[in-house]
Amino acid sequence: MTSVIGDLSIALSEEQGMLLDVARGFVADKAPIDVVRGQLETASGFDTQIWDDMVSLGWTGIALPERVGGSAMGMGSVVPVVESLGEGLLGTPLINTTLAGQLLLRAASSDAEPWLQRIAEGSIATVALLDSGDWGASNTLTEIADDGVLRGRKVMVGDALVADIFLVLCQQGGLPALAVVERGALSDRALTANTLIDLTKRSANVDFTGVKAALICSGDALVAALRDFRLLGALLIAAEATGSAARCLKVLVDYLKTRKQFGKLIGSYQALKHPTVDIYCGMEDSRSFIYHAATVLSDEPLSHDAEVACRMAKAQATDVMSFAGDRSVQFHGGIGFTWDCDSTLFIRRAQWSAQAFGDAIHHRKRLGELLLGD
Amino acid sequence: MSDSDATLKKFRSDVNQWMRDNVPVDPGFLLPLSFLEVGTEQQLDFLREWQNKVWRAGFLGMHWPSEYGGQGADPAYQAIVDRELQRYNAPILFNTIGLNWVGPLLLDIGSKDSQAKYIKGILSGDEIWCQGFSEPDHGSDLGSVQTRAVRDGDDYLINGSKIWTTLGNFADHMILLARTNTAVERKYDGLSFFLAPMKIPGVDAHPIRKVTGEYGFNQIFFTDARIPAETLMREEGQGWGVAMKTLEYERGVSAGQASGHWMVSIQMDDAVDQLRTYQRDGEPLLADPIARDDTIKLIMEAKASALAGSRMRIGRLTSDYPMGLPLSSKYRWTEYARRMKLFTASMQGAHSALYVGDEEACQGGFWQRAYFSNFGATIGGGTSEVQANIIAEHVLGLPK
Repeated sequence: MTSVIGDLSIALSEEQGMLLDVARGFVADKAPIDVVRGQLETASGFDTQIWDDMVSLGWTGIALPERVGGSAMGMGSVVPVVESLGEGLLGTPLINTTLAGQLLLRAASSDAEPWLQRIAEGSIATVALLDSGDWGASNTLTEIADDGVLRGRKVMVGDALVADIFLVLCQQGGLPALAVVERGALSDRALTANTLIDLTKRSANVDFTGVKAALICSGDALVAALRDFRLLGALLIAAEATGSAARCLKVLVDYLKTRKQFGKLIGSYQALKHPTVDIYCGMEDSRSFIYHAATVLSDEPLSHDAEVACRMAKAQATDVMSFAGDRSVQFHGGIGFTWDCDSTLFIRRAQWSAQAFGDAIHHRKRLGELLLGD
Repeated sequence: MSDSDATLKKFRSDVNQWMRDNVPVDPGFLLPLSFLEVGTEQQLDFLREWQNKVWRAGFLGMHWPSEYGGQGADPAYQAIVDRELQRYNAPILFNTIGLNWVGPLLLDIGSKDSQAKYIKGILSGDEIWCQGFSEPDHGSDLGSVQTRAVRDGDDYLINGSKIWTTLGNFADHMILLARTNTAVERKYDGLSFFLAPMKIPGVDAHPIRKVTGEYGFNQIFFTDARIPAETLMREEGQGWGVAMKTLEYERGVSAGQASGHWMVSIQMDDAVDQLRTYQRDGEPLLADPIARDDTIKLIMEAKASALAGSRMRIGRLTSDYPMGLPLSSKYRWTEYARRMKLFTASMQGAHSALYVGDEEACQGGFWQRAYFSNFGATIGGGTSEVQANIIAEHVLGLPK
């Protein structure tokens, strides 16, 4: 019988290593915390110049094939970039655009290539997935008619206000289907921005009723691609949360090293020290999981090991991020309770990340099926 | 220089064959789960004979010098032997303090004389070693040890007491941390390190019974015990540095150990196999969503710690805290193991109340005993709380 522990490989290719170095430098250089704060209350949530720079670096095409203008380095190479963005708390459409590209790539035939090309060139794309708050729902009420007209409303569509391309999960005669809608086909009234807990993120509810769409694929091929899309989504959110947890830890440790109470640096108190160590160890565990996932996944349908890795990464990273954000507010004392303390950003990021692509319980439940059987 | 894959492969198959022929079956009495609980003469004789047999077969101290009884080979060979020992669930190699801490220490910074005198006996199991660091009043705070060593001609006179001394009642030698100077500014500068003989007048070992009901630890009393001055390692006052070096071997931060096979390996898979046999509410335990969730959390902990071992070697993925993974290894593994054993011992319904000795106990009370025994790992070698301080101060840079 095979071990429940499974594959333990972690490798970092030269390409992944270079992307990590470049992305870390980029975030440190372009996105100091005041730049991040400057975007908290804007409509788009990001600086278009920063996005253009990311597109010029080729980040929207990292995991897309060369024939559509990508660099074919695989999703494993997106992980270090997204981890770095998470470290900077930098809100950009990169995660949603990358995931939309993966869904198209994995679901569709050559029909999808023009859209993939546009994604590689920097068009913002997003997947309209949810009918409700239930990440575990396997069906959708949104329908596409034979003439290609959609009927239904999707909620919390990431970066919807700035997206050029929407991939809409719908059904046709009871079978799951994927349709593409261009921003130009939507009226402004179809989009209602959400008020999100994480002010670096943006999403909107989108009413697709009456909108003409292009059907891209349906049936079993889509089911398999959707599974991988959800797993890769979980992985990228985990990578981002790992970066955010690492940054949160640094900010917290800096405070514990400078703040004095009762004549002592508060970092010398074990009541603060030991939970901080647990944040550290949990962050390291998340990092191990995301780079393990980055090692075992491929452009092929995700293997058992890759599925386990993505789910463990999500469960671990968002749990430690929640703990880190929570303790960061608490350990900063009165100042931690204020808007101006960066703990505010971390605890809000934590709450957002926890739900995205399913919370820790959602993933552990599926890990139970994968590792313990029915 | 490392040997070719083919040579290693051949060696692995030889070891495999030898294990198949030689690993003893159930001796008919309870064997210790680790070197920390060798409690009876019967266990000692059995384990000494076993270690000697492994050594005579040429499978112990694979990378130690051949002039002292090692095999003078690449460390990769020992890793192969250790893996096979574990795979065959072989009895432990009990002379752990000698094999894993004293041996590497002597080979690293010991004199030629001390290497010639001690290494072979460590490997053969003929000379048992124990460690005299902790004291009744100074467990985690080693810098404060009070056992006195006073120079008297060609000897030192030792007075005081050491505690938690594993194998102390059987040992021939002790690595002893004692105070040679009380008038120093820094308490650490008054400490010296000895390779002290144990079977001499003035040394008394009192076995301590543990929470498991078994023995293995001792309190050692020194009353004007006279040890030769040449057993001093380095100079007077340099004992703290040598002790810290020893702890690097003990905590696995430095390599060079003769064998890592010092405890019965209890893996997550063993726990899952056992959990599958339990019932709850008339159904298998693992059909219960909460029990499943807890089980998955433990599997994740085990996998994360194992993955840390893979990632440790990749500098770019550890650049923010370069020493973090090795320095947190003991903390994460021992605490995970405690929780895993506690969980497996606690999910047996009424049978959770049965202990070793009861015919109805699940797996003979194995998990209950394993859980209790695991405190040796979360307390010994620096408690988890001290480990957390080390991580806080040396990895995160928090103030003392």
